[in-house]
Amino acid sequence: MSDLVIHAEHLSKRYYLGEGGRGLFTYKCLRDTVSDILSAPLRWFRNPRSPIFNQNSDNMIWALKDVSFQLKRGEIVGIIGRNGSGKSTLLKILSRITPPTEGCAKIRGRIGALLEVGTGFHPELTGRENIFLNATILGMKKREIERKFDEIVDFAEIEKFIDTPVKHYSSGMYVRLAFAVAAHLEPEILIVDEVLAVGDANFQKKCLNKMQDAGQKGRTVIFVSHNMPAITRLCERVILLDEGKVIKDGSSHQVVKAYLGSGLGTTAVREWPDLNKAPGNDVVRLCAVRVRLENGQISDAVDIRRPVGIEVEYQVLKAGCAFAPSLHFTNEEGVYVFVAGDCDLFWRKNPRATGRYISVAWIPGNLLSEGSLIVGVAISTGNATVTHVYERDVVAFQVIDRLEGDSARGDYAGPVPGVVRPLLPWTTKFSPDHSELPLELKSN
Amino acid sequence: MPSEVLSLVTHLEPNVVNIRPVKGWLSLDLRSLWEYRDLLYFLAWRDIKIRYKQTVIGAAWAIVQPFMTMVVFSIFFGRFVGVPSDGIPYPIFSYTALVPWIFFANSLTQSSNSLIGNAHLISKVYFPRLVIPLSSVLSGVIDFLIAFAVLVGMMLYYGIIPTATIIWLPLMLLLAWVTSMGIGLWLSALNVKYRDVRHIVPFLTQLWLFATPVAYPSSLISEPWKTVYGLNPMVGVVEGFRWVLLGAPRPSAPMILISSLIALTLLVTGAFYFRRVEQTFADIV
Repeated sequence: MSDLVIHAEHLSKRYYLGEGGRGLFTYKCLRDTVSDILSAPLRWFRNPRSPIFNQNSDNMIWALKDVSFQLKRGEIVGIIGRNGSGKSTLLKILSRITPPTEGCAKIRGRIGALLEVGTGFHPELTGRENIFLNATILGMKKREIERKFDEIVDFAEIEKFIDTPVKHYSSGMYVRLAFAVAAHLEPEILIVDEVLAVGDANFQKKCLNKMQDAGQKGRTVIFVSHNMPAITRLCERVILLDEGKVIKDGSSHQVVKAYLGSGLGTTAVREWPDLNKAPGNDVVRLCAVRVRLENGQISDAVDIRRPVGIEVEYQVLKAGCAFAPSLHFTNEEGVYVFVAGDCDLFWRKNPRATGRYISVAWIPGNLLSEGSLIVGVAISTGNATVTHVYERDVVAFQVIDRLEGDSARGDYAGPVPGVVRPLLPWTTKFSPDHSELPLELKSN
Repeated sequence: MPSEVLSLVTHLEPNVVNIRPVKGWLSLDLRSLWEYRDLLYFLAWRDIKIRYKQTVIGAAWAIVQPFMTMVVFSIFFGRFVGVPSDGIPYPIFSYTALVPWIFFANSLTQSSNSLIGNAHLISKVYFPRLVIPLSSVLSGVIDFLIAFAVLVGMMLYYGIIPTATIIWLPLMLLLAWVTSMGIGLWLSALNVKYRDVRHIVPFLTQLWLFATPVAYPSSLISEPWKTVYGLNPMVGVVEGFRWVLLGAPRPSAPMILISSLIALTLLVTGAFYFRRVEQTFADIV
């Protein structure tokens, strides 16, 4: 029907790898290197013994396999998945940059793809010149750009510097200008890849609003991001990709939850029933890590206002060694949020007897920002002189802000930047004549 | 009412893009190339702008290259060796050949590197890929025109007034462009996959210079070989330029014909080969 703007059937894309040899890459490493290969496969092609001359299933990878979906006019759809899951490949196929190996897609309407902010920007050219260059690259006509020119400059807030070469711009100005051009593209279908990871918070909000407008104007938006709060705020529907396949396609909350639960290979609980295969050495081994709410329940979703406990269970195999566990928190964007070690001197300094131990660390409510947190666990002696266990990405949980007005965001509903969001005690004193205010308050 | 009409139009002419695996030869899709003519213009404009940015003498570089080569040729070949020049003063004899020659040589260099140089565009945005080598050859046209203006000045200096044969000039310009574009398309497409091209091009243009009557007249070559010589389309271009501008002997008709045919063949096959492999550019560039 005419309401259907994208109809993708069995889209698949195969890439050839090579050189590495079979023994060198474990499957997991292979998956991790896919993105490298996608960006610089020539290295493999140039080698005369490269797999292009010797195609077999060992050195090829399906970056996308049998992906089918339909999109209606006006839908805003998020695509999520970890690095190398095929998100970028899918976008590249939909935006006609590269053809699929198999399958087909019918797209009805003008496509505007924004896989990068400021594609074709040249540092030597002025803002004005780059607007024209970048906009024509994105598919606009000269006359169209002339018509929207003032609006673009206005949106980017760079009137004063419009005739300055962009190499003299601050990175913020550069991104604002680049996005301003893209935001005025007005295609019927907008494909956006992770461009909101840049720019300051205010500008990000402006862009999100612009995209929301796009959806309301009947424009279809496909949005790829690692920023789960932005995804849930913007999209009603989310498609989760993993290893090139559609794992889940449904309402954004459901899919994001599923992704944070399993997509990262981590959950609210991780257990190693077989001690021999557990991370660690002959002194101590990790048995389990759990994310607990205050009531003791294991959960991967925690209210931003409530505390959350990370429970580490480990088995000491050899007595006489002193050590303590520590937790390493990173967020979805890979930012190291903080590290927390057990500082209790008794446990830290005294040699441990063999047996099972459980240590719990409680993170207070109103400290973390909303979004997902990925927890790594280490167990080490002294000042990390000997590390017995270091396991990354063990468990993950999502901090949820229910927008009930009593979290640190107050009644503000937009995106809030920052990796922490403490609820601080504020005091305000009022005096019609400022001389009556106590001095110490003024200087504070 | 107007909006209804509009929606009706979009219904009748749905702007549908079909994405599917591509195999084999594709049409040139000149229509979408025409759609993107503004991009062609802006890319060429960017190339010109960037080329002379932060240079002291700017676009005068477009004159320096052919002019200095002419001076060197005049001293070594014209004066010392005494290469004949069909009765035309040697400096203008060689400069007339150098103007199209340098356009050709620069086109090869520019277009063979054009896809690699614009890799960031190719891997991030869709547009007809032919725009890139086209724009890089187009940007060389400006340099050509500047060098050509100097040629006009030199003709005035030597008191050479072109005869009625000047009406063939547009055809010769076209032949120069077709030749440059044809080879440029082949090299640009090949260079994406085989970076050897980058190493071959400087060497190739050097050899090609000697296979073209730039520093010497083709009258040094006798007939059966002269037609074979015409297989090099630049022979037709250079001889043609001398003929229409300087009143040099008219190049033999079969030679010009062969040059033109070869140039056209290169252009058409180059364009189709380019289209055939362009789908893989984004994956391997």
